[in-house]
Amino acid sequence: MSARIIPTTDTPGAHEAGVIFFIDRALATFAKDDRKAYALGLPELQARVRELFPSIAKFSAATSEQQDQILQSLDDQSPGAGGRRSRRSTAAQTFFETVRVHTIMGFLIDPDSDKRGNRDGVGWKVIGREPEHMFRPPFGYYDKDYPGWQPNPPDTEKSKS
Amino acid sequence: MSLDQPKYKTTDEVDFVIIGSGAAGGILAKELSGNGFRVVVLEQGPYLTEKDFVHDEIKVLNQDLLTNHPELQPTTFRKTPQDKAKPQRALVYGRLVGGTSTHFTANFWRFHEIDFIERSKVGPIAGATLSDWPITYADLEPYYTKVEWEIGVSGLAGASPFDPPRSKPYPMPPLPVKSSGVIFERAARKLGWHPFPAPMAILSEPRPGRSACINCGFCLAFGCEVGAKSSSLATAIRMAEKTGRCEIRPNSYVHRIDLDANGRATGAVYFDAQRNVQRQKARAIVVCANGAETPRLLLLSANKQFPDGLANSSGYVGKNLMLNSGGVTTAVFDEPLNDYKGFAVSRILHDFYELDPDKVGFHGGGGLDARFDMTPIGFALSNLPPGSPRWGKAFKEVLSHNFTRSCEIFGHGTSLPVENNSFSLDADLKDAWGLPALRLTYKDHPDDLKLSAWLNARSAELVDAAGAKKIWAPPVQEQQFAVHLLGTCRMGNDPQTSVIDSDHRTHDVKNLFLCDGSSLVTSGRGQPTMTIEALAFRAADRITALAKRGDLPT
Repeated sequence: MSARIIPTTDTPGAHEAGVIFFIDRALATFAKDDRKAYALGLPELQARVRELFPSIAKFSAATSEQQDQILQSLDDQSPGAGGRRSRRSTAAQTFFETVRVHTIMGFLIDPDSDKRGNRDGVGWKVIGREPEHMFRPPFGYYDKDYPGWQPNPPDTEKSKS
Repeated sequence: MSLDQPKYKTTDEVDFVIIGSGAAGGILAKELSGNGFRVVVLEQGPYLTEKDFVHDEIKVLNQDLLTNHPELQPTTFRKTPQDKAKPQRALVYGRLVGGTSTHFTANFWRFHEIDFIERSKVGPIAGATLSDWPITYADLEPYYTKVEWEIGVSGLAGASPFDPPRSKPYPMPPLPVKSSGVIFERAARKLGWHPFPAPMAILSEPRPGRSACINCGFCLAFGCEVGAKSSSLATAIRMAEKTGRCEIRPNSYVHRIDLDANGRATGAVYFDAQRNVQRQKARAIVVCANGAETPRLLLLSANKQFPDGLANSSGYVGKNLMLNSGGVTTAVFDEPLNDYKGFAVSRILHDFYELDPDKVGFHGGGGLDARFDMTPIGFALSNLPPGSPRWGKAFKEVLSHNFTRSCEIFGHGTSLPVENNSFSLDADLKDAWGLPALRLTYKDHPDDLKLSAWLNARSAELVDAAGAKKIWAPPVQEQQFAVHLLGTCRMGNDPQTSVIDSDHRTHDVKNLFLCDGSSLVTSGRGQPTMTIEALAFRAADRITALAKRGDLPT
């Protein structure tokens, strides 16, 4: 599921970042309270799989495209999901949202933390955050040719609105 | 933690107990111990040090490593006193030695002359308890300078035509400009405005025992691991400890101030780390617990003489709360700004500090800044444009494109004081120690909402002039979450309409002083900490003078 939330494309995804190890550890430590969401949601997810694809026994046996369709049916907040908005949030929807947040956390957490996410810093690489914790200017495109501070032109009176 | 700290007994009558070790408490501890007094600082939070200041977003933001914890200290919210308050997280503040100054953004704007005399200048405003201060900008100017030089503020004097007069330049140059700052500066000038380098309580040059900013990118909400952020922890607390007369006592949660039969404060009662009740005796007490916890402590200390709360004969304890108004506009540009590098803000402007109500149709004023104060997880969860995909390939694409190309324009502005806006004790909810929880009551004055929308419109104009590819801002809504905690024990000459006098002494209890955001009479334009610290330096001078001339009851 994480691998569909942040898929591997031409750049690494949740799989390469070891998100699954992050989630394992999270559920044993700081996210203990979310275990319930996983326990209640998982059977509902599998039921949803059989409802949408009667020939498939479980989520992991579905193709990536089928998995995306299943997740789309659980996501009541994304654009295009408006039709399902009126439905009561089910355990499967809560489960999806919890996994979504955990996946993003596991992909982008400081790789030096004790959380075991963002393996080798691949998540930061994907979003363009350099791995260091110490930088010198120039920082980006717009400040690289900055000529230094020039006083405001002496226009003018204070132009109060 | 310094080895020079004395260990006072709770039965020793020290000269001062200071409750709270943040922006104000740290400076009062430094000044009063430096002036020869014996001081105990009681801080409810732990004593963390630089090695504890990690970049783990979950630990810091989700698990409240540095802040008040919503499960241990739950809170409630209601819009008006007629509503039933509902449990919800209503405020955040730093809960550790150094207080909120350890994790703030560090924008260090001085208040301007107008902030102290606005009531006289604009007259009464319906629905507001707007009042002049009993002191002026000129009274506070030497202390603003003291903050800049002793605590460490970087900036460029004379760069803004709207700045109030100053007696000395900044002690060090501004921090380097960020891409967001360059974009802001160019666009603002195009529009005829006057951008300038942001004054920041972050070192651009090293000081003894402290590094200059290394631009790590985990600034707002995080503690500084190199001591570059000029928190009380990195500055005043260290100096207080070096006097050998100041004990910092962490994990000490004060819940009552005791009075004797003559109405003199005799000590502070607190839970220690094991939740045993202790009582520290003192000749005088200075409460610097912030604009929420200071009034709460006074209300918790109600007794026969003060049935409505200690020092509350005015009925103003906890009232006239101001949170500051404002809004956030986010913009995405073509090329990478890499604004995740560094501190938050490098350019600001004050062209709108004093708006003309006849032209804009409301009272107020404010400033704008350009910033990026987000860290990777927070950005991915909440800073993509509205309607963006939330997962899958398309989510990954917009996240990867936007993280380095986004910045925000913040509008910061006035809040008018409204009597009903307050912190008070919740009638039902209790914290983990069994004490009544904080209840926030808040409904913005209509002019504050108009100002916020007006500032958002200027921000949108600015990023549009800068060539942003995408611009959005959440609609202005009434606030129900507090960060700036101002005005709840306001200063004034009239004991009927204020809680403390201009010496920070409560009108009702002669050896009880209050100094923090609660002392402010007006909200300024959104950046209160500099003024809280200047007030603390001034309060220390005033209290020392009173003590030396024998004017504290013994």
